[in-house]
Amino acid sequence: MNVVLAKTETGRAVDNLFTPVRDRLPGTGKVAELRRQAFEAYEHSGLPHRRVEEWKYTDLRVLLREVRPLAGRPDAAALQHAKAALKTVAIDGATKLVLVDGVFAPELSDAAPQGVSFRSLREALGGGASDLLEASPKDAMISLNAALVTDGVVVAVADGAALTAPLQLIHVATAANASAFTRSRVEIGKAARVTLVENFVATDSAKAYQVHDAVLLSVGDGAELTQVRLLADSADAANISSAIFDVGGKVKFNLFNMTAGGAVSRYQGFVTFSGEGSELNINGVNLLRGKQHGDTTLVVDHAVPACTSREVFRAVVDDRAHSVFQGRIIVRPDAQKTDGKMMTRALLLSDEAEADNKPELEIFADDVTCGHGATAGALDESLLFYLRARGLPEKEAQALLIQAFVGEAIEGIADENLRETVMATAERWLEARA
Amino acid sequence: MPLLEVKDLQVRVEDREILHGLSLTVNKGEVHAIMGPNGSGKSTLSHVIAGKPGYEVTGGEVLFNGENLLEMEPDERAAKGVFLAFQYPVEIPGVATMNFLRTALNAQRKARGESEFSTPEFLKKVRGVAKSLNIPQDMLRRGVNVGFSGGEKKRNEILQMALFEPALCILDEMDSGLDIDALRIAADGVNALRSPERAMVVITHYQRLLNYIVPDFVHVMSRGRVVKSGGKELALELEESGYAQFEDAA
Repeated sequence: MNVVLAKTETGRAVDNLFTPVRDRLPGTGKVAELRRQAFEAYEHSGLPHRRVEEWKYTDLRVLLREVRPLAGRPDAAALQHAKAALKTVAIDGATKLVLVDGVFAPELSDAAPQGVSFRSLREALGGGASDLLEASPKDAMISLNAALVTDGVVVAVADGAALTAPLQLIHVATAANASAFTRSRVEIGKAARVTLVENFVATDSAKAYQVHDAVLLSVGDGAELTQVRLLADSADAANISSAIFDVGGKVKFNLFNMTAGGAVSRYQGFVTFSGEGSELNINGVNLLRGKQHGDTTLVVDHAVPACTSREVFRAVVDDRAHSVFQGRIIVRPDAQKTDGKMMTRALLLSDEAEADNKPELEIFADDVTCGHGATAGALDESLLFYLRARGLPEKEAQALLIQAFVGEAIEGIADENLRETVMATAERWLEARA
Repeated sequence: MPLLEVKDLQVRVEDREILHGLSLTVNKGEVHAIMGPNGSGKSTLSHVIAGKPGYEVTGGEVLFNGENLLEMEPDERAAKGVFLAFQYPVEIPGVATMNFLRTALNAQRKARGESEFSTPEFLKKVRGVAKSLNIPQDMLRRGVNVGFSGGEKKRNEILQMALFEPALCILDEMDSGLDIDALRIAADGVNALRSPERAMVVITHYQRLLNYIVPDFVHVMSRGRVVKSGGKELALELEESGYAQFEDAA
């Protein structure tokens, strides 16, 4: 009975949200029909809860309770504030694409460089690009995103293009008690070389907001992609992000995700290899304190032979925070010579900190190398004593060891500037602890 | 005033008393050797002086320049000039030796109200010391003690000792795991640091080390207390007759 009640409540919350805004949402005809279907799919299950296996540790009915109403279009003042917030994360020389409260802001964005074509999702949906709303994993939050998405970016990098500067997609929240629904598609052409950075930031005015984002990313044969995501949402915000990757053959793809902000966050990535001989490295760091809840869930589908995947995940959990890592590696029957490994380690800095690690291997081929490892524990006392005996006060000794711990995941970022940016974020987190 | 004064020290680990009223006085400029069989409490003494957690002091006191050492955190003791060269230096992956050395040195200087070293000043100092200890630059770039041989780990301890310039050096079983060449290099490093302003406490099971680091005083420990003290000739006597006589005495 409780289940039915809960579903009705959450369903109504969205219904109240969806019906009045339908006319505001871009796209007609097939797009509108897909939205309606997506909404029905969402409504069927409502917000995911602990009895949905994939969401077992991240019960959105408890953590979010409801989906906040759509944020209004940012006005001139909001854009001004967003501009100031951007400065804290903007990378020198990067091509910035900025979304403010779920709306693309051309006045804050840069022109597309050579080899890159670009339009907003609103424009694309208005032109009937209904495929942007189709995404394969059956997930309530991806469906909800399709139903309510207001804007995003649609980027295509031409075959062979070697971008000298990163593409930087920045989400800025300025509104309080509101949701931003964004969806972007990035197509990396064959043999292209791209660095993509995603930031989530907020202005001081943004309180208790929700980010609902989805990224559809395809990587052409022989391409090299470095992707870095940095979550620095405000302390009471929620960020539910999904990413769906289609990886071609002989691709080198390095993905790094850092969650250091937000009250509740979930990053769920679904990777499918569609070409042979590709190498994927996914590294992630969660830095959580207070009552933060951070969830990274990755599904890597080896659908074709001879691909390599590596996942290195580090969580530092303080106070009463809760970190979740779920990693599933699927090896299809034809995917011989697959090499898939994941290693997740959690560092618990307080007695009440919690870390859940759920590695899953589903292997249907016989000539493969797969493995996983998971550990959780406190800082090593003997290392701490050694450092303290050399004059480091307790917090500094801890900070040095924590830096080394997360460094194992961060050192995989090849770009030195980005690596330093990420390390600086970790250092700021540690300084705030001291 | 003595540099280090250990008075009637009683120490427990869990439910077992390890030190039963140990006393020891060390003055500036002196080198003391503490010898004794395994389990006599030698390492416990060094750990308690350095402030390692897990030891319960149930009686007695430890004064350093007249101050109560037992009330200080391990890092405060280090800043005051207490240095323990570990028997088994730990490996710290991901913390580059150079970064560790600079962080530690500056933390000590900061605690004493001294200015921090600039990077060039620091590098110059480290390189000079490393060279004298035959420590290659490559070792300094690696994680602290990661992949170091036994000899390299001990040399890294002596490098820190030279860099931090402590008033009191406690060398815990410095000879363990070292072949004769490695021992000689390490001992030369230690001897170079002997000074009228500095005292050393050399803890060892074997007399061999004392051929290289010649002590002013030798103390024999057995079952948690000092049972005999004397000059350097006491070490030779022990080499002849062994520890058995003292175990009976204790």
